[in-house]
Amino acid sequence: MKPRIEVVAIDCLMVRLFDVIAEANMPWMLAATQRLREEFGAALVDLVPSYTTLMVHYDLTALTPAQARALIGQALTDLQPQAQGSGQCHVLPVWYDLSVGPELSLLSQRSGLSVEDVIRRHSAHEYQVFALGFAPGFAFMGLVDEILATPRLNTPRKRVAAGSVGIAERQTAAYPVVSPGGWNLIGRTPAKLFDRERDGYSLMQPGDTVRFEAVGHAEFINLGGDDTPLEAQA
Amino acid sequence: MSRLLIEASTPLCLLQDAGRFGVRHLGVTQGGALDWVSMSWANWLLGNALDAPVVEITLGGFTVQAEEYCLLALAGADLGAYIDERAISPGRSFILQKGQRLRFTQPFNGARAYLAAPGGFDAPQVLGSCATVVREALGGVDGFGTPLAEGTRLAYSGVGGAMKVLNAPDLPAKAPLEVIVGAQIGQFSGQSLFDAFNTDWALDSRADRMGMRLLGTPLQYQGPSLISEGIPLGAIQVPPDGQPIVLLNDRQTIGGYPRLGALTPLALARLAQCLPGEKVRLAPVVQETAHRQHVDFLQRFSEG
Repeated sequence: MKPRIEVVAIDCLMVRLFDVIAEANMPWMLAATQRLREEFGAALVDLVPSYTTLMVHYDLTALTPAQARALIGQALTDLQPQAQGSGQCHVLPVWYDLSVGPELSLLSQRSGLSVEDVIRRHSAHEYQVFALGFAPGFAFMGLVDEILATPRLNTPRKRVAAGSVGIAERQTAAYPVVSPGGWNLIGRTPAKLFDRERDGYSLMQPGDTVRFEAVGHAEFINLGGDDTPLEAQA
Repeated sequence: MSRLLIEASTPLCLLQDAGRFGVRHLGVTQGGALDWVSMSWANWLLGNALDAPVVEITLGGFTVQAEEYCLLALAGADLGAYIDERAISPGRSFILQKGQRLRFTQPFNGARAYLAAPGGFDAPQVLGSCATVVREALGGVDGFGTPLAEGTRLAYSGVGGAMKVLNAPDLPAKAPLEVIVGAQIGQFSGQSLFDAFNTDWALDSRADRMGMRLLGTPLQYQGPSLISEGIPLGAIQVPPDGQPIVLLNDRQTIGGYPRLGALTPLALARLAQCLPGEKVRLAPVVQETAHRQHVDFLQRFSEG
């Protein structure tokens, strides 16, 4: 790993740690995040992680660009990857069903797997949270089994229900709130993904790991899930 | 406490402050006043903290009636404001007696006006800010991202406040917008780099608080496709159609389009006062120079 520092704005520097998306990036990303937070302290405005990069937004009344670069250099000196499992591990219950996950059939066709096997493969892996974006609490997770990798829909849906679980290429995610969206939907989770009253606000944080657990309709409802079919909500 | 009753409004009239910080790694956007300079002057006129909650009024169509005596200040665009039948220009604080109306009619110079009150307008802090982001249902008077609407009351709890006047309205000269060039700059074609900084760009009518599209000669990016990464305020991203988009306060937090660079905060404040169809030029600047200019500029708020 040979980090590069790039100028991106008057008060932002991009720390480029890797060139490809890989689960093995995460222990390094977590370690760099922690060191950068310590090094910048109160002069840090925001630190935005995403797959291979960390964008450092610092207070430009506190630091010059040269000082900010120097702090990044110090933070990355002798960096050691954080032990696996330093992020939280979440188990998200998912009701996999065609009524709330209409692309289950598409994924089954494309992969040649039965719908049951599609579900088994999706819920077998422990995913890494690479980044949050698109909407508050929307976690980009991966990597999905290659056989399930499916491009986004040609025409995004105008309205995707809150809790919808989807796949795009080798990534998976759950929609925290109703929004437009182009991911292939395979199920729905009753979990509250973003809550302004919760400490830390977002259930999932960058660097956490996530496992999906298939639940039946009754349990989904018991956990507070909304089983309104996707079409009926349009 | 003093109160104003909103009698007319539009979805473009929003409670704002400097924005929401420390939560962007959770996918929460920044939000905040698009013209931070005018917001700062509106607050300065009353001796407030420069980032106290203000009303951002875009293009006009906003009317409030004072339910009690109110001290207010106005900065930014000239949106044809009147106190009852008397015209009032931006760059000053003023008194609204009980029953008097303040209304904004239409843009005469600039696009966004900022209305301030002593201590700032009352609003709940949501994730550390009252900035209204409709898409995320965060901020505003109700805390859930609702734009200011007819029938809503604006209140403030501060007392007194300075009565200052701005000598020169701080509205922008038509100088080029300065761009801190980014790491991908070398991957645009040579012709595109020439075009980017030597031709006019017209502001598209497709513009909102997430971004403003610039229309002109399409720019050609020749580099590889990119992995999504953090997007700074003012980033000029170039999608495959070659028409650049300046990303503003309510932008998404990460994205994967190549970028020319990012506008400086001072350039962003000027851009926020431009109307659709207006032409702008871009000029490159290095980070250190822009930083020095910015810090010098901030001195103005501590004078007087």
